[in-house]
Amino acid sequence: MTDKTMTPDEVVGRLRSGMTVGIGGWGSRRKPMALVRALLRSDITDLTVVSYGGPDVGMLAAAGKIRKLVAAFVTLDSIPLEPHFRAARQSGAFELTEIDEAMFMWGLHAAANRLPFLPVRAGIGSDVMRVNPELRTVTSPYEDGETFVAMPALRLDAALVHMNRADRRGNGQYLGPDPYFDDLFCEAADEAYVSCERLVDGFGDDTPPQSLLVKRHVVTGVVEAPHGADFTSCAPDYGRDEAFQKLYASTPWAEFAERFLPPGGDEKQYQSAVQAWHEEQK
Amino acid sequence: MTTTETAAPPATRAEYCVIACADAWRDNGEVLASPMGLIPGFGARLAKRTFSPDLLLTDGEAMLVGLDGAAEGWLPYRQHLTFVTGGRRHVMMGASQIDRFGNQNISCIGDWERPDRQLLGVRGAPVNTLNNPVSYWVPKHSPRVFVEKVDMISGVGYDSAAAAGPSATRFHRIPRVVTNLAVLDFETPDHTMRIASVHPGVTVEEVREATGFALALPEGGEVPFTREPTAEELRLIREVVDPRSLREREVRSA
Repeated sequence: MTDKTMTPDEVVGRLRSGMTVGIGGWGSRRKPMALVRALLRSDITDLTVVSYGGPDVGMLAAAGKIRKLVAAFVTLDSIPLEPHFRAARQSGAFELTEIDEAMFMWGLHAAANRLPFLPVRAGIGSDVMRVNPELRTVTSPYEDGETFVAMPALRLDAALVHMNRADRRGNGQYLGPDPYFDDLFCEAADEAYVSCERLVDGFGDDTPPQSLLVKRHVVTGVVEAPHGADFTSCAPDYGRDEAFQKLYASTPWAEFAERFLPPGGDEKQYQSAVQAWHEEQK
Repeated sequence: MTTTETAAPPATRAEYCVIACADAWRDNGEVLASPMGLIPGFGARLAKRTFSPDLLLTDGEAMLVGLDGAAEGWLPYRQHLTFVTGGRRHVMMGASQIDRFGNQNISCIGDWERPDRQLLGVRGAPVNTLNNPVSYWVPKHSPRVFVEKVDMISGVGYDSAAAAGPSATRFHRIPRVVTNLAVLDFETPDHTMRIASVHPGVTVEEVREATGFALALPEGGEVPFTREPTAEELRLIREVVDPRSLREREVRSA
């Protein structure tokens, strides 16, 4: 059986500048941060990032990795406004395709189903149409004759998601209350990379079948990354690290990066730096 | 001398706001009440405890819950979006800006290309406003929020929906806007914003001064006061729904 395990750096080694990368999770929840951190350490740039945005977007924006962002929002949840995303937007640092949450979901569905678009009752009447002049409408061919937005497929070169558990073949399991859209991100992508809290040899007889969210046929690589969603939440393994998130949100990016994401560092170095910071706070 | 019962202190401004929010969900039937903000949350729970017992509530995460917090259903984000488009939901959202036709902005302030202040993004406001009733909660009624023209239409107002055509207007409805000063609605021939009631202690003049455009008045010109809570409603707000008086922090009494 194919063993798809790899390291965060090996994942990033398979990505290229200019790619369209979808990032799973939602806001500051179950973000594949270990993979994002590996991206931050790489020289990859010029990315189109597709995300229900949280600190993944904030960090990549702060580091100047984003050419274009496709999003409905960027938030840290308990801190409503993402400071680095805000700063980047206010300085015109990247292009933005700002669409509605449901339009985003149907864009992923279209891509996963190999459709050019899906109709949505969303967008028309709002300024989403003004700021995205490339959006088109479609008229129902049936009696109702209604007009909808034809939400174009959000096809991704690569997807990055974080699961609670995964096996070496790429089957991913979520144990929290919400799957978010992680399976869709994987299905919408040419290559999907799944990091997980713990690699398992298989899922036992007591596994609720509906918890097996991501299926291996769409997965290219699997990364064991304990605490890999940190500092976002990864229920039930851990909650959001609110104290550290606050530090992230209130520290100038250069200073934050110097301490926690220095050149030549790795995931282990990051985890110990966070731990050391927590010790200092006691 | 006869003994007199100690009367409960009169309703505070925050309590009128809770009542005005609760009334948004009156006669809604078996729909999901999605309150954003503390006072709308208290309003939804008060409504469910009293006159709208069939309302569905969420824990703000992925579960439908009863008043005791016990789960009665699963509602992850993607199912929540289906709830929106299915229409059996009435949300009360916030607004960084709102105009006379109910166009709402939570995206950014200033020019969208390069905003002066980037806010959340449009989130689900476009899909919400076209599919299920959307009310708004504004804890600080001011001309900065109630503007002539919003910078980025996130939630669709009546004029924008009409301009976009029948598939935009088909399920579009903005029942009310509740603020710390008043209840506003769009019950006018051209769907422009109207003062439906002012909270006791507030004058119509104050509401007008805090609004960046001209507000319509009820027919006859007489603006009623927001209704009084019943004694039982007041007790529920104070003892059951918000015993820690968090409401008084969101809206301070004048």
